[in-house]
Amino acid sequence: MKVLQFREAIAEAMSEEMRRDESVYLLGEEVAEYNGAYKASKGMLDEFGAKRVIDTPIAELGFSGIAVGSAMNGNRPIVEYMTFNFSLVGIDQIINNAAKIRQMSGGQFNCPIVFRGPTGSAGQLAATHSQAFENWYANTPGLKVVVPSTPYDAKGLLKAAIRDDDPVIFMESEQMYGDKGEVPEGEYILPIGVADVKKEGTDVTVVSFGKIIKEAFKAADILDREGISVEIIDLRTVRPMDFDTIFNSVKKTNRLVILEEAWPFASVSSEITYQVQENVFDYLDAPIQRITTADTPAPFSPVLLKEWLPNADDVVKAVKKVLYKQ
Amino acid sequence: MKKITKETYIKWYKDMLFWRKFEDKLAAVYIQQKVRGFLHLYNGQEAVLAGALHAMDLTKDKMITAYRNHVQPIGMGVDPKRIMAELYGKETGTSHGMGGSMHIFSKEKGFYGGHGIVGGQIPLGAGIAFADKYFGRKAVTLTYFGDGAARQGSLHETFNMAMAWKLPVVFIVENNGYAMGTSVDRTANHPDIWKLGLAYEMPSEPVDGMSPVAVAKAMDKAIKHARSGEGPYFLEMKTYRYRGHSMSDAQKYRTKAEVAEYKKIDPISQVLDVILKKKYLTDDEIKAINADVKAKVIECEKFAEESPYPDIQQMYDMVYEQKDYPFLKHKL
Repeated sequence: MKVLQFREAIAEAMSEEMRRDESVYLLGEEVAEYNGAYKASKGMLDEFGAKRVIDTPIAELGFSGIAVGSAMNGNRPIVEYMTFNFSLVGIDQIINNAAKIRQMSGGQFNCPIVFRGPTGSAGQLAATHSQAFENWYANTPGLKVVVPSTPYDAKGLLKAAIRDDDPVIFMESEQMYGDKGEVPEGEYILPIGVADVKKEGTDVTVVSFGKIIKEAFKAADILDREGISVEIIDLRTVRPMDFDTIFNSVKKTNRLVILEEAWPFASVSSEITYQVQENVFDYLDAPIQRITTADTPAPFSPVLLKEWLPNADDVVKAVKKVLYKQ
Repeated sequence: MKKITKETYIKWYKDMLFWRKFEDKLAAVYIQQKVRGFLHLYNGQEAVLAGALHAMDLTKDKMITAYRNHVQPIGMGVDPKRIMAELYGKETGTSHGMGGSMHIFSKEKGFYGGHGIVGGQIPLGAGIAFADKYFGRKAVTLTYFGDGAARQGSLHETFNMAMAWKLPVVFIVENNGYAMGTSVDRTANHPDIWKLGLAYEMPSEPVDGMSPVAVAKAMDKAIKHARSGEGPYFLEMKTYRYRGHSMSDAQKYRTKAEVAEYKKIDPISQVLDVILKKKYLTDDEIKAINADVKAKVIECEKFAEESPYPDIQQMYDMVYEQKDYPFLKHKL
């Protein structure tokens, strides 16, 4: 094993796949000469040249569409959005073309493409730069949505995403790029659509994904000291979702808390809640609790932002509520 | 350019007449409610396709357009029976009934659709060209769109990158005068769409889109330019559609006199005039062609009507390449 930063894991995954497959290229704003806005493509221009590591103008709609068109004609593009907030400018190409081209063409064309970049909040960036659109993309048939939380998962899943023959939305976080984690020396691939039980426990299940899962770990430590054993499931993939892993855990703990950094209405947690009540209702000993951001645009002021974001205390409270220990 | 010969004129006449009658048949079966959904017909614009096909290398060049897209794939070699069947929503359709009128595709023949969002196909066309350049295939992508799409941001973003990256793409705006019911004059400061290319220093020019000869000449120059590695070219085809934007269009935005005026320069009539004047065909031969076209269109209709509807499972199998994708259930 070696220790890599999250950003290094991303660069390593892309570089390995580009060495393996000539049809893979990376394009986006600042990915080449600047080495990536968050240095997630550091060194790649030097290795692969300007033909395969391509700086674009600030034109998300245009370059997303060019990438999709190239995917219909033999390429396997990786499109970097500086953040997924900017994917909204290009979202027509993701939803109307990447996700649907296979279906509309009766299976003639497919779209092997990865759209990747950071999601969610990253400090006091205010309303337009702090959004999480996992549920927007996961709502769309034709897409897959991957949101890793560790360098190990990020590398294995990004390699899987690049090799996938369907379009994959791959979401990272500005606040995770510096995180360090152990990564195997040799090549490995992690399957899309498989959740990971990151911590085993017996009293309550906490389901989360992406950067905010860290708050679940903090909460689990606090609760451990109080004798409450928390099982933490990292979804890793939001679409398709590994419901079986959630159901099996709920069958064991009989209590469920869902933690996500996104608005509450029609969110990922809403869907999980629906599926759990439909499939394992009889196993539940308490109503499901979920923790999300506030149902408002992200505020700027530090005091308000702290209140807006989910945190470990919120998780502790929710766990105690499903255990009727409040 | 390939010479425009007697055979070219006869082919143009046969092809354009077939496209016209194919579309007329669709209008007829639409009124009978056998074909539903949207229906956008190409009548009047046939020269834009006929001239382009003359200049293309169909062994490798590609085409992409918007939702007025039934006849382009026929021109590129797709069996028209399968296109008619697609409009009927049948299993034998080009997309097995998944796409319908606006989404005709043929990977085999290099026809990349068939797109329903105005302007959405413009970057795709540049992307197809990007891949051809990336893999060194010396192929050119003809990227069509309407005068309405010329006002979308996607056009400007794509023009900029296509020029910066010298992509082998020919952009063609089919300016038929109206974006649905809104005339070009009412939505822009000037009506010369070809001038939009000049801001990007893209070679750009207007073309008489009612004349297959004029279209073929302009397309030949543009395609050669793109194929040589010099980058994109932009042509504005000044053309006209005789029918409404779609079948629900009452056409109150224009006069019957205006439509009649354009029919005087109808592309099929123009070609037939040359054929008659130069005695390329006798009256009997023309009658035989007309009868053959009519019979072939009826064959398409019969094929579409007699074909089966797709199996329900098809709805799931077409979405992902992944064979066992776990879709959520939607009914008990």
